[in-house]
Amino acid sequence: MRSPKIKTSEITPERVYLNRRNFLRAGLLAGTGAATALAYSAFRPGQTLDSEFSNIEGISDGEKTLGGESATSFDDVTNYNNFYEFSTSKTSVARAARSLTNRPWTVEVGGLAARPRTFDIDELLGFPQEERIYRFRCVEAWSMVIPWVGFELRKLLEQVEPLSTAKYVAFETFYDPDVMQSSFAAGIDFPYVEGLRLDEAMHPLTLLATGLYGKQMPNQNGAPIRLVVPWKYGFKSIKSIVRITLTAEQPPATWNLAAPHEYGFYSNVNPNVAHPRWSQASERRIGEFSMRETLMFNGYAGEVAGLYTGMDLKKFF
Amino acid sequence: MSDVKFNKALIAFNSLIPLAMLGVDWYRGALGANPIEFFLRATGVLTLIFVLITLAVTPLRRIFSWNGLIKYRRMLGLFAFFYASLHLVTYSLFDKGLDIGAITGDVLQRPFIAVGMAAFLMLVPLAVTSTNGWVKRLGGKRWAKLHRLTYVIAVLGVVHFWMIVKSDIFYPAIFGTAVAVLLGMRIYWRFRPGRARATPVPSTPLQQ
Repeated sequence: MRSPKIKTSEITPERVYLNRRNFLRAGLLAGTGAATALAYSAFRPGQTLDSEFSNIEGISDGEKTLGGESATSFDDVTNYNNFYEFSTSKTSVARAARSLTNRPWTVEVGGLAARPRTFDIDELLGFPQEERIYRFRCVEAWSMVIPWVGFELRKLLEQVEPLSTAKYVAFETFYDPDVMQSSFAAGIDFPYVEGLRLDEAMHPLTLLATGLYGKQMPNQNGAPIRLVVPWKYGFKSIKSIVRITLTAEQPPATWNLAAPHEYGFYSNVNPNVAHPRWSQASERRIGEFSMRETLMFNGYAGEVAGLYTGMDLKKFF
Repeated sequence: MSDVKFNKALIAFNSLIPLAMLGVDWYRGALGANPIEFFLRATGVLTLIFVLITLAVTPLRRIFSWNGLIKYRRMLGLFAFFYASLHLVTYSLFDKGLDIGAITGDVLQRPFIAVGMAAFLMLVPLAVTSTNGWVKRLGGKRWAKLHRLTYVIAVLGVVHFWMIVKSDIFYPAIFGTAVAVLLGMRIYWRFRPGRARATPVPSTPLQQ
């Protein structure tokens, strides 16, 4: 069979054909490249969120250092957070936590106390506030130095007069599933709860923090009031507290309930006791590239080691 | 430029975009407060993605008869090796300060590191034998047999990811499901009744 006759004028000149092909190829490069870039972008870390927070009176603007260690930048402290109620991605919490309404706010303090009562947040902000610059060591082996503002927890507990039968203190975080839309696979139960032994709670290092860097506490860091226990892993320092209860028995603690063999009730920072899945001997200080040695009790051994005399810290981790 | 050459360039271009964006974000300080952790996670996830794409080539050929895809499989596998190498170098350099003793200790003490390291060590011979010369030297059948290690690597990769997650297993579960589907299809094709074993790529579309 003869092929149909095509007029020479209908044949695409080679130059045009090649141009068309090059055009198509350029389109393919640009199109697939854009699609790949877009797909990758979905997994980029959230952009740093700049927000305004009002100042707390009486806190100096001076340089924030702890011995030779300078404080972690405000941007890093407020954009790298574990707050599983909002997101399990540390760089996404700041944005997600904007939905938290931190006024009005009350903290119910009760349990085994002679004068249990509910405190309004303004009343708590009326306690004399001071700056405390502490190391903060996360169980995930990163750390920060944070200039907290707050007051000692014992000042609050003294007001409700703990009974002699009280041996522990239980804490509970605010929980509203409507504004706290975490991953359905977050893997821990809410509301988040934590606990301390009474002597740990009464220790002068144990702080109820209402702010950082001289400003009111940002939502992502646990507004309006949170616990700070500097010699324990960060997850013990429970955020956005609504209830404090004095108890006779050891209270439940969220991560301890989720994985008891990985997160003990005490969870003191201890470079000699590894997490079952990773070492705790060193840590990455946010803002630095190389690792630092982790210090026993996060560097507060002089102040708190006495609380654990005679205890096997490998057993009570 | 031939079509195959162009397609290879297209794949390489797309495969390097995540690295380029990581680099730009790092330079701009946009990788978050812990850029090393992000880079480490990203290169790990990219390794798994390239392992999955490599494993998807055979099912795509069988289901859609896209036989031409085979030409790009080794290249995709090499990108898996490339991102795995970046992942290992980042860990060795920034987490362990290139201290071989510390790395060995980690492998011995931390099961998730041991699993990841095993997967990487299996990738090495596959990368080395990815050249035409090695395919000839080994012979097609033996070469294919060796490269079935990819199945083991994929499983170890998901296990490694699953083990490091603190409690939110969403992403490891997605990768686990993908690996299960991709390997499950192979098991199904191999053992389903009424079909000869080890059928090469069929020339007609499959029924079902």
